[in-house]
Amino acid sequence: MKPIVKLLLEGGSLNTAQMAQVLKLSEADVKLQLDELKEQRVLLGFRPVLNLTHEDSGVVRAVIEVRITPERGGGFNRLAERISRFDEVESCYLMSGGYDLLVLVNGASLQKVAAFVSEKLSTIEGVLSTATHFMLRSYKENGFLLEGKSEENERLKVAP
Amino acid sequence: MDSSSYIAKHVVNLPKSGIRDFFEVVAKMKDVISLGIGEPDFDTPWHIREAAIYALEKGKTHYTSNLGLIELRRAISKYVEKNFSISYRPEDEILVTVGVSEALDIAFRALVNPGDKVMFHQPCYVSYSPSITLVHGTAIPVPTFAKDNFALTAEALRAAWQPGAKLLVLNLPCNPTGGTCDRAQIEAIAKFAIEKNLLVLSDEIYSELTFEGTHTSIASLPGMQERTIYLHGFSKAFAMTGWRIGYACGPAALIEAMMKVHQYSMMCASILSQEAAIEALLRGEDGMKSMRDQYHRRRDFIVRRFNEIGLKCHLPRGSFYAFPDISVTGLNEKDFAVSLLQTEKVAMVPGTAFGANGSGFCRACFATSYEQLIEASNRIERHVQSLAKKR
Repeated sequence: MKPIVKLLLEGGSLNTAQMAQVLKLSEADVKLQLDELKEQRVLLGFRPVLNLTHEDSGVVRAVIEVRITPERGGGFNRLAERISRFDEVESCYLMSGGYDLLVLVNGASLQKVAAFVSEKLSTIEGVLSTATHFMLRSYKENGFLLEGKSEENERLKVAP
Repeated sequence: MDSSSYIAKHVVNLPKSGIRDFFEVVAKMKDVISLGIGEPDFDTPWHIREAAIYALEKGKTHYTSNLGLIELRRAISKYVEKNFSISYRPEDEILVTVGVSEALDIAFRALVNPGDKVMFHQPCYVSYSPSITLVHGTAIPVPTFAKDNFALTAEALRAAWQPGAKLLVLNLPCNPTGGTCDRAQIEAIAKFAIEKNLLVLSDEIYSELTFEGTHTSIASLPGMQERTIYLHGFSKAFAMTGWRIGYACGPAALIEAMMKVHQYSMMCASILSQEAAIEALLRGEDGMKSMRDQYHRRRDFIVRRFNEIGLKCHLPRGSFYAFPDISVTGLNEKDFAVSLLQTEKVAMVPGTAFGANGSGFCRACFATSYEQLIEASNRIERHVQSLAKKR
């Protein structure tokens, strides 16, 4: 793994100047490397990890198990990509087991998510069935615990 | 009544740890970036903590065998053989202790007669010399030097040796210097130990955190297993400092002697810590390696920064400590550490806390986040520059 990719994974939220210091590169070089990673589609982007449970205008999220018909030549890809392009779809994975695609969806309200499933997703030709599960509560998001935030452990400031 | 008149003379004369003095100063300050902590910044991996919770739920709340749970001793035996090529019988050659600290203490108590001479290399962990004093032994420090990257050399041993010396304490990789010995150097030490008929107490708590080459345990060398007590534990590599769990391995007769002291003073190590330790050995390797790799990269960063700043720093081959030479600042290590703390709020431990020949050095622990290391190094740079201007 490239040093800069490791640093992205380990370094938390370092800015490019800090990354430059760690990697002993100029800031311009760091930006260049990041651009390269983006171009190679290794680095897809940055997003904040938010806890929206306390927001009034929270989002409704659902996971949908989708069964689709594979196609000669393309397998599941064409349909999976087509489904992935909807704004409502946050993530989309091909799965082993009882269904084919696991689709993570979010929307402003239950009705909007339901409408997406019934009007968009299930009407696509090749989609055989959908099973929608609404998320009730989140305990961990992208590696961050939501509640019981890992308490600031009282480490001694100096220890042998 | 003068209650202090009741204190035993050798305890009255025992110096307070230099770390403790410094701790008092740092503890009163706010927003300090501390590079003064001798432990991992990672919490114990969850699967290990969860194993202890499960053990508690199952009612594992009783004494264990004095030697420790046999399942743990079996796991230790396999782990030590696989990773360090030394083979110990779980039944009578392994003793589970309350950290390496206890193992070292009971080893001294089991082996040292009043006046017996114990050699150890310096700078070193703060408790070696006091522990020797507490058993009325005579401490013989052997210096290690920056020019050798703080490896212990056979020449230094020979120069410090005194007739009648009985024990040699090793701590490789070393706290506070991060120095360690390559195989040839360890072989030279082993040869010296055999020549002078020394029994070796080898504290290898940092052995997994070896970044260059592989760690060679002195007990694995020909003729050494019979004259070595191998001490190891879970604190550093598995991020388990607060669990207080370690072990001693050695010839059955010596382990039996240590067990006597252990059984009358400690009975056994905490059963929950023992259960957690089993989990660490059976399933903790990947997590441990990932932490080691992160320390490795942080080490490369902080050592490079110290050298850029002008504080000459050798590359510590193991542990999570850098030991930069601060003498270029014109201050001694204590004044430098205190002034750095007061002006820039960064804590490093003065090298003399680890023995007189730590003079001119400070210990910086790099087991902390990149953000903190970057910020600390920038503040140290500013401080060193401002000191240079004043001169």
